[in-house]
Amino acid sequence: MSIVAEPTPRGTVIKEIRTRAVDWIPALVVFVLAIVAWQLIIDAFHIQKFLLPKPGAIVRAFWDQRSSLWSAGWLTLKEALGGFVIGSGLGILFAVALARFRRVSNALMPIAIAANAIPIIAFSPIFNAWFDPLSPSPRMATAGILCFFPVFVNTLRGLTSVRPAQVELMRSYAAGELAIFRRVRVPTALPFVFSALKVATVLAMIGAIVADYFGTFGSLGITIKNSVSLFDFETAWAAILMASILGVAMYVAVSIAERLALQWDPTRQERGSG
Amino acid sequence: MPVVEISALTKTFPKGNVTALKGIDLQIEPGEFISLIGPSGCGKSTLLRVIGDLTPPTEGTVLVNGKPAPKARADHDYGMVFQDSVLFDWRTVSKNVGLPLEMLGWDRAKRKSRVEEMLRLVELQGFGDHHPWQLSGGMQMRVAIARALSFEPSLLLMDEPFGALDEMTRERLNIELLEIWRRLQSTVVFVTHSISEAVFLSTRVVVMSPRPGRVAGIVDIDLPQPRTNDTREDPRFFEKVTEVRELLRGVGADEHGSVLAEAGS
Repeated sequence: MSIVAEPTPRGTVIKEIRTRAVDWIPALVVFVLAIVAWQLIIDAFHIQKFLLPKPGAIVRAFWDQRSSLWSAGWLTLKEALGGFVIGSGLGILFAVALARFRRVSNALMPIAIAANAIPIIAFSPIFNAWFDPLSPSPRMATAGILCFFPVFVNTLRGLTSVRPAQVELMRSYAAGELAIFRRVRVPTALPFVFSALKVATVLAMIGAIVADYFGTFGSLGITIKNSVSLFDFETAWAAILMASILGVAMYVAVSIAERLALQWDPTRQERGSG
Repeated sequence: MPVVEISALTKTFPKGNVTALKGIDLQIEPGEFISLIGPSGCGKSTLLRVIGDLTPPTEGTVLVNGKPAPKARADHDYGMVFQDSVLFDWRTVSKNVGLPLEMLGWDRAKRKSRVEEMLRLVELQGFGDHHPWQLSGGMQMRVAIARALSFEPSLLLMDEPFGALDEMTRERLNIELLEIWRRLQSTVVFVTHSISEAVFLSTRVVVMSPRPGRVAGIVDIDLPQPRTNDTREDPRFFEKVTEVRELLRGVGADEHGSVLAEAGS
């Protein structure tokens, strides 16, 4: 614990990208090795393609059918994104509203946690009766309701887990509830919100695809289902590849937003002097 | 007019029916540096929090600058420093120091020049763009002090601000705090566990007794100002330390040990 310390030099962007690239190399090597092993094992043990096609064949099918896969993917992505935005948005709104009323939130929190444990995906066929099955609404509802609970629960936990001393400090400046909310509760909640949003991207994609299985014409889910029943496993796997790419893209987008919003977070970076 | 005027103050906590403070009378004049010292459970932190209107008194009155404490809080009459520096990780050092000014509605340019002035005062120029966790514990505490003083409150309330720091950093910050106090001519109420720190800093030391918290005695510290490291070796310094220690022994502080053990410098 030094009394006098020099200001720490701030890392340049290029340097940071380079160190981050180096961090990724081991994961990349493992990924490539796994793909190579996959290809070799199928050759060595003569595994039938309905069990597992070769990665090369999947990529070829992906490339050959890229335009139909893309339009199917776009349809499913819109359902997932819509559900993500609506479900997460409502989750945050409810959490903000309840954070103001301690008693109400204490009463609702156990119910929300219990509801979170319900396999909501089971409701998916019901939504086809509630909403127009030809519109994306029933799939968005499935994706949205899957996103809602983790975002709601985590945001509420974040908003209420402020350090009491920070609130007292604000009170000593005669700060009102709104100022405390903006300057203490929201920044404290942000890391909680972002980890929930990352989980929600994955759930949104799962919700959209499973809901697709119940008959969304031209969607990724139905492409997978139909290809399997026609024994066209390469196409099924290519559709799964598309779904994975889109899911990862959503996750990465939220991660980048998180990184930008939480640059201040000490748990996310190396310590300076001190 | 006294800065703080406490009369017949009693504070009970309904939980467990604890009487934290009983029949406290205390007047603090402008420019005084008052330390509150006593064994654990004597209510010294509670007394500070009542002065700062962070908790209401059960009986009696607390006037700050002639006004009831809630009015004084609304008027931004005091700055507060806690044991933990209570900095906001998501704000840079500059924005932490400027936080009270934001609450007072100062515009950006005015804030910026005041924040720079405060960082110079606590010798942290050049650290404005850092985040609190990039600083050492002593530096973080200086940021907290700069923040508390940024809006020039007439009263500074400090709750064991240096308790978590190592001895060397603590002694250095003691001297810095006295320099700031002299320069700004502010009034300070300072809670501490350390007898030597209380004697070194204060114009008066208020010794408190536990269960219920009362004022056991007040020791005038008439050591010459400004105080320096030589003050700590002055025989009169030791006399005052002994006087405070005897008073504490009288209130049963030796049962708890902590106060006496820390004072052995």
